[in-house]
Amino acid sequence: MTAVWHALADPWSEPIVALAGAEVALLALVSGTLGCWIVLYELSYGAESLSHALLPGLVLAALTGIPLLLGGAIGLLVAIVAVGLAQRIDGIDPDAAIAVAITSLVGLGALLALAPASPPGIGGILFGDVLAVTDGDLLAAVGLAVAVIAGLRLLHGRLLLAGFDRATARALGARPLLAELGLLALVAATIVVAVQALGNLLVVALLVGPASAAQLVSNRLVPMMCAGVLTALAGGIGGLYLSYYAGTAGGASIAGAIVALYLLAVGASTGGRAARALGGAGP
Amino acid sequence: MAELLAELEGVTAGYGGPPALEDVGFRVREGERIGVLGPNGGGKSTLFKVMLGVLPVTRGRVDIRARCGFVPQTERSRLDYPVSALDVVLMGALGTLPWWRRPGRPERRSALAALELVGLERLARRTFGELSGGQRQRVLIARALMQDAKLLLLDEPFAGIDAASGARVMDLIDQLALRGHGLMIATHDIEQATAWGSVLCLNRRQVAFGPSRTTLTREVLEETHGAALVTLPGSGRDAPQAALQPPHHHHHPG
Repeated sequence: MTAVWHALADPWSEPIVALAGAEVALLALVSGTLGCWIVLYELSYGAESLSHALLPGLVLAALTGIPLLLGGAIGLLVAIVAVGLAQRIDGIDPDAAIAVAITSLVGLGALLALAPASPPGIGGILFGDVLAVTDGDLLAAVGLAVAVIAGLRLLHGRLLLAGFDRATARALGARPLLAELGLLALVAATIVVAVQALGNLLVVALLVGPASAAQLVSNRLVPMMCAGVLTALAGGIGGLYLSYYAGTAGGASIAGAIVALYLLAVGASTGGRAARALGGAGP
Repeated sequence: MAELLAELEGVTAGYGGPPALEDVGFRVREGERIGVLGPNGGGKSTLFKVMLGVLPVTRGRVDIRARCGFVPQTERSRLDYPVSALDVVLMGALGTLPWWRRPGRPERRSALAALELVGLERLARRTFGELSGGQRQRVLIARALMQDAKLLLLDEPFAGIDAASGARVMDLIDQLALRGHGLMIATHDIEQATAWGSVLCLNRRQVAFGPSRTTLTREVLEETHGAALVTLPGSGRDAPQAALQPPHHHHHPG
């Protein structure tokens, strides 16, 4: 018993793990709640694209020594403009235009990062380094969590209505565009902050995975958000343990744990449906 | 005389190109049921948008004297959405609350009362997507009632629901008219429209408006739907019962 307790408690005695745990808990709160709206508004593909497309900004920040947060924000703005312009090209499917714009930006980021003159450390940008979280990163995560929870609380009714039937929202006295822009701003801020911990390639696992799992096991929004936060927290903390004991990369371990929980939810929901169908077919 | 709820005069509206709807003029009073007939693209949705104040008119006068509530087609609502019937009805409170406030106890009470009026108070906690088409339609009507709307605009309320549910929606429409609501109901079904007091026929312009018994002549119907008519066997000489024979596709079930 004591051995189990020691195994559970040991990692947290190390300051870097404790700091990573706090960062993961804050990001779980954000991604579990905001992620539900991303999933319900079918923004998963857009969130993934944006998180990848800010790579050149991150690499330039690493090369010039400006804070990654600033580089990420600039990269995100460039990505939004590029996607906006690409969508306006006549005769091309908007999805194809976005794919071209995003891969161009990812390519540009890789080109910069892999140039002979670039310092090593590209791995940290692509896959994050949750165990290298600084006090500054943690402060940014606290600010993000406060902004996201307050923002979602204020926008709740409008988002609910606009997501349910956008065409009718204006007739019911809500302005869907305003609510949606607010949601996109929160998603953008989350990507920029979370990229520090989970990296450019893995951040989407945290944004979409827990909420998708939650959607499978809940049929009301608030319970879905609670399930999303718990899943993100379990995946985040579980990933840190895995990383500590198996010596695996922190961000990748977290992403892996979230995927495992998602598959568990798929199993539970499929099993539940099958059981209901059997029960319904019985006498 | 019943109170006037809305009056339109010489209204033309559109989306930048040629007008989607021209020269529309009519009145709605308390307790009136008006069937709005017309083909797809005939201007029914445009008219509703104008009356709801979300589409400006390019010409004419719109005088809306009561709160307008819109009831969309349930066929278009999302069934995968994590909300209860009560949550959907509460969406109707948004327009009357300040933007930072969420619906509280008084709003929940009104929402339950609206659900009771449409006969669904016992299913208030049921997930919206699990309800039948007819029940979902009644929930959407309750949401419009939650807006305290005196004038209700219903977009194809019978689309995609079975006959028994349709009859319940039909009863509800009559009940609401008796309670003093004005109702405008967009429909493809000519027979249904005859059951209501008045009809408004649209085909990118106003073809006719008046009491359904005298207004729905063969000429008016042909002009409204731009199609040749076949009189159903058994229908009287002056009866407006008729089936449409559209030029290209089969008649869309109402």
